[in-house]
Amino acid sequence: MKRVYLDHIAATPLDPQVVEAMLPYLREKYGNPQSLHSAGQEALAAVQEARSRVARLIGAEENEIFFTSSGSEANNFAVKGMALARRDRSQHLVVSAIEHQSVLHSAKSLEKFGFSSTLVPVDRDGLVDPEDIKRALKKETALVSVILASSEVGTIEPLAEIARICRSAGIPLHSDAVAAAGSIPLDIRELDVDALSLAADQFSGPKGSGALFLRKGMRILPFIDGGIQEGGRRSGTENVAGIVGMGKAAELALTKLAERGERLRSLRDRLIEHLPQKVDRVNLTGHREKRLPHHASFCVEFIEGESMLLNLDMKGIAASSGSACTSRALKASHVLLAMGIDHALAQGSLVFSLIDSTTAEDIDYLLDVFPPIIDRLRKMSPLYTKFLEENEK
Amino acid sequence: MIYTDKVMDHFQNPRNVGVIKDADGTGQVGNPVCGDMMTFSIKVKDNKLEDVKFQTFGCGAAIAVSSIVSEMAIGKTLEEAMKITNEIVAQELGGLPKNKLHCSNLGADALHAAIEDYKKKEKDEAAPGPEKEKVQKSKECHCPYCDGPLEGIEGICSSCHVDLEKCPHCGNLTKKGGEKCAKCGAALEPE
Repeated sequence: MKRVYLDHIAATPLDPQVVEAMLPYLREKYGNPQSLHSAGQEALAAVQEARSRVARLIGAEENEIFFTSSGSEANNFAVKGMALARRDRSQHLVVSAIEHQSVLHSAKSLEKFGFSSTLVPVDRDGLVDPEDIKRALKKETALVSVILASSEVGTIEPLAEIARICRSAGIPLHSDAVAAAGSIPLDIRELDVDALSLAADQFSGPKGSGALFLRKGMRILPFIDGGIQEGGRRSGTENVAGIVGMGKAAELALTKLAERGERLRSLRDRLIEHLPQKVDRVNLTGHREKRLPHHASFCVEFIEGESMLLNLDMKGIAASSGSACTSRALKASHVLLAMGIDHALAQGSLVFSLIDSTTAEDIDYLLDVFPPIIDRLRKMSPLYTKFLEENEK
Repeated sequence: MIYTDKVMDHFQNPRNVGVIKDADGTGQVGNPVCGDMMTFSIKVKDNKLEDVKFQTFGCGAAIAVSSIVSEMAIGKTLEEAMKITNEIVAQELGGLPKNKLHCSNLGADALHAAIEDYKKKEKDEAAPGPEKEKVQKSKECHCPYCDGPLEGIEGICSSCHVDLEKCPHCGNLTKKGGEKCAKCGAALEPE
């Protein structure tokens, strides 16, 4: 059976060059970067090389990169660490309603330490209005955190504008760039954010490797107390192979960024244009233009996401959904609900995410198998029957 | 795969999908908020379920549950059919993932609602009276979050402990202090 993997927001394959770069550090080069001997220094040099490669991906300085175990950890580190470092005078947070759970739940857990937070709404396309950020700021705001691009709907936020507002108010800004880094060009000086979260597994690097960019001079509470690793801010023996893999993946991503974006954008647009033509009542979610080049997301009316995913999987297609039934917590995606999409429609959520190796044939295969699946499920749906009856009247 | 072969079989080849045109009883449970909604229609002859058809909006488990409930019910007497429980349904499917067990409640509930509807109609025909609103009420007596039965109209759901109140826009029950109504999606005023 043909296999088409279109769930690269969940996982990307390791680039063979990344595997090659990692292997020595899983085998013979097993030194601890904190050791003084040659074996240790060899590992340290590899970690530092990786650090500068990750820094180059976003136009940062080498000593502004702190390795973590994931994008979620980077988000926790930034939100909790930056907020708690300012808690003496500032106990308020501003976050958007469509943040990743690792930001939202970090803000929530800070309530136990006396913080309160303002949730900034988004419009129907998932865009944050910078003016809303401005209105939400208080004298005692410790941190603003706005996602760079949503993994669920692909919308790219006006971060540079938000940064200008935060800068002039003197309030630090963090952005979760996990879904965006490696897919779109990012320049930290242009964006002017103070902290940025990244994850290697979004750009063909290994799982379990993330990083936080923290602008020089920014205060943050250490995330793991212990030794002197990561400048004493994130202790624990370095995941050398993972870090080396992230560095190599960042280097490869940077060289391919422009060309890759162009190609993926055209495949994405093919899907966005044709899917709603093949099946009626399929709605694009997220902004039509201001979106990640490898991201196409929809809500299909009258049917539920999990039943679509199972049927697509039987045809060899891997995708994801923000429906309640696909989440273990049985709750519909907070991102879709925040965009004003009603519960029934949010249940029909589908997300397709592409990668370099995705071909036009892959997209056409999806376009071919999709209509009969939807037809079959709609025939089973009481909501569709009701819709047809009402249309007859 | 998260589901057993039996679940996947019923999901891929669901039995008895559809709506019976001149049904003797119909039942509907669930709502899109929790992800699942099922309708059952039944045809009754000599106190036996001659035909059962269903429609389901929901996940793989919900579709499989409705399918197997319909299959189990056909040919049974009304009393026997009322004894189909969620445990039996889940067992019959070779088990369901823990977080999908609530789907098995819905299948039996929808069938039972159709049987109740039939019985009520029978009774109405024998002794016509002001009975209409009862169906409406039983539909309202399920928590919009977990679909557990509710005793009163307002208060805390005994199944999932969500605090409920009436939405000022559509009148349906929704979570107290929530941002949006679970039914109509209208923004709710914070207290």
